Amino acid sequence: MRALFTVFRKEFLENLRDRRTLFSALLFGPLFGPLLFGAMVSRMLDQSVLESDQALHLTVSGAETAPGLVRHLESQGVKLIRSPLTEDGAVAAVRQGKAAVVLIVPAEYAPRFAAGQPAPLLLVADSSDSQNRKLADRARSILSAYGSGIAQLRLEARGVDPLLTVPVAVNDVDVATPSGRGAVILGFMTYFVLFAVLMGGLYLAIDSTAGERERGSLEALLSLPVPRAALVGGKILATCAYMSFSLAITLAAFVTVFRFVPLEKLGMSSNLGAGSGLILFAICLPFIPLGAALMSLVASFTRSYREAQTYLTSVLLVPTLPIAFAGIYSLKTSRPLMLIPSLSQHLLMTSILKDEPVAAPDVLISAAASLGLAAVLMVLTARHWRTERILG
Amino acid sequence: MIEARALCKRFGSIDAVRDVSFTARDGQITGLLGPNGAGKSTSLRMLYGVLTPDSGQARIDGIDILGETSGARARLGVLPHAAGLYGNLTARENIAYFGSLQGLDAARIRARTALFVRALDMGEFIDRRAKGFSQGQRIKVALARALVHDPRNLILDEPTNGLDVMAIRSLRDMLAALKSAGHCILFSSHVMQEIGALCDRVVIIGHGRVIADDTPAAIREGSGAGTLEEAFVRVLGVN
Repeated sequence: MRALFTVFRKEFLENLRDRRTLFSALLFGPLFGPLLFGAMVSRMLDQSVLESDQALHLTVSGAETAPGLVRHLESQGVKLIRSPLTEDGAVAAVRQGKAAVVLIVPAEYAPRFAAGQPAPLLLVADSSDSQNRKLADRARSILSAYGSGIAQLRLEARGVDPLLTVPVAVNDVDVATPSGRGAVILGFMTYFVLFAVLMGGLYLAIDSTAGERERGSLEALLSLPVPRAALVGGKILATCAYMSFSLAITLAAFVTVFRFVPLEKLGMSSNLGAGSGLILFAICLPFIPLGAALMSLVASFTRSYREAQTYLTSVLLVPTLPIAFAGIYSLKTSRPLMLIPSLSQHLLMTSILKDEPVAAPDVLISAAASLGLAAVLMVLTARHWRTERILG
Repeated sequence: MIEARALCKRFGSIDAVRDVSFTARDGQITGLLGPNGAGKSTSLRMLYGVLTPDSGQARIDGIDILGETSGARARLGVLPHAAGLYGNLTARENIAYFGSLQGLDAARIRARTALFVRALDMGEFIDRRAKGFSQGQRIKVALARALVHDPRNLILDEPTNGLDVMAIRSLRDMLAALKSAGHCILFSSHVMQEIGALCDRVVIIGHGRVIADDTPAAIREGSGAGTLEEAFVRVLGVN
């Protein structure tokens, strides 16, 4: 036990002095997720604000020949930019980005409109640009509303009930719930948390196993009267310590980011205060020894630092698999799923974030399953360290 | 006392060590001599307990080295072929780590380290991080690390590799001092002058077997050669 603590203290101290470990454990891993998440959500908010709240700017050519249409557009809050353009000129202007959407009122519009015949209008827009397409859609719906308004007036003038032209009325019922919409984003967030946890221990797991061999200190260490299990235990414990720091910083960063990102606007609850942060920490804690043992085991089998890096990069992807699976089959928290590490943490974290109730037995089963698997992996690692193959 | 008793070790289809027996006695420096690939390192690795022999026994002061916490390990100091240090720890911390793992308390580690700083002239770099140490500085720290628990027995695998003249001299002085204090020292080398100048006894290994085991003078005489190098070549039977 004393030896285990000695190994722990040495690995902890040595890596505290290693810039690469510190960078990945305490900076890159924990801050990458929250910052990307914040940027992603802010951009989504910007876009939705842009779509609904901003005035539609429409370049109109030949507006003087259609005063009724112009009045309607202005009453709908459309900002008109009057500019005489030919069809070719309008196409060029949209292509070059000088105008977003151009409405051309041709010369024959007025006489045909007066004669009660379909009056042509040209709407020039670029459908390959999603932003531009949305503007064109808005212009089109305002124009068609004007058209049906005129049609109703014409029918009434002729003594016909305008409702006859509306044989069916379709109503959309959207079942997307606010929390459902946020589920994809929450999936991202929980993955970032688990990713940061693994990143926190990645370099220490490599350095204390494959690194120990590569720098030639392993043989002297193995000749000492110390149980191999104590060596492995101390190394994994130090890895766990760094992963815990990483987890704490990640959650603190998320709590901070959530304070500045108005999630309610996206229809998500923003249930992430300091209190929920602590609960999330407790939920993820059992995942730490599991990740540390897994990374140490894999790194122990590799021949060099570089090889260990290659293999452990794939280990970083392991927790994504259950989360992606959960996303595809839209899995909900259920007791049997609590037996699957990373998936159970993902589901529990998602529940906390959605402000749904979490059952204590679920949390305990999730913890027990992760810790149990961690114990198995630690035993396997210690067993490998007892063989000669550890010398490489 | 370090004893190899009929050690055998195979790696796959290669017989690295076929039958190696010899004894390194207290108060003596025993040199293990042999060409590259003769089985020197493999024999030493079995003696310091990181390889398990297929058959035979490795004993330190009469205790079998096998077993993770064997008492033999506490009586042994090891300077392996690759004597790497922890680059982000200072020389002092490198030594203290091994001292602590050998079960020494902080006061004892401090006292022992002070001793090595004087004996090996490490004052200049003892509190510097080991990253970027010269080969000579590295070997000194690794030697202090191996001796921190004051073991009766010491195994060194090619300790003079890459050392300059001054570093070799201080290593030689250190070994001579340990010898006169009654320690048992076993080291391997392929530099003849070293073995001839320093060793009380020479064990020559070739093709995984002991070919000669005697004093340097007796080996020279027995082979009818003027120098140890000549004797080495003759004993091995290579032209």
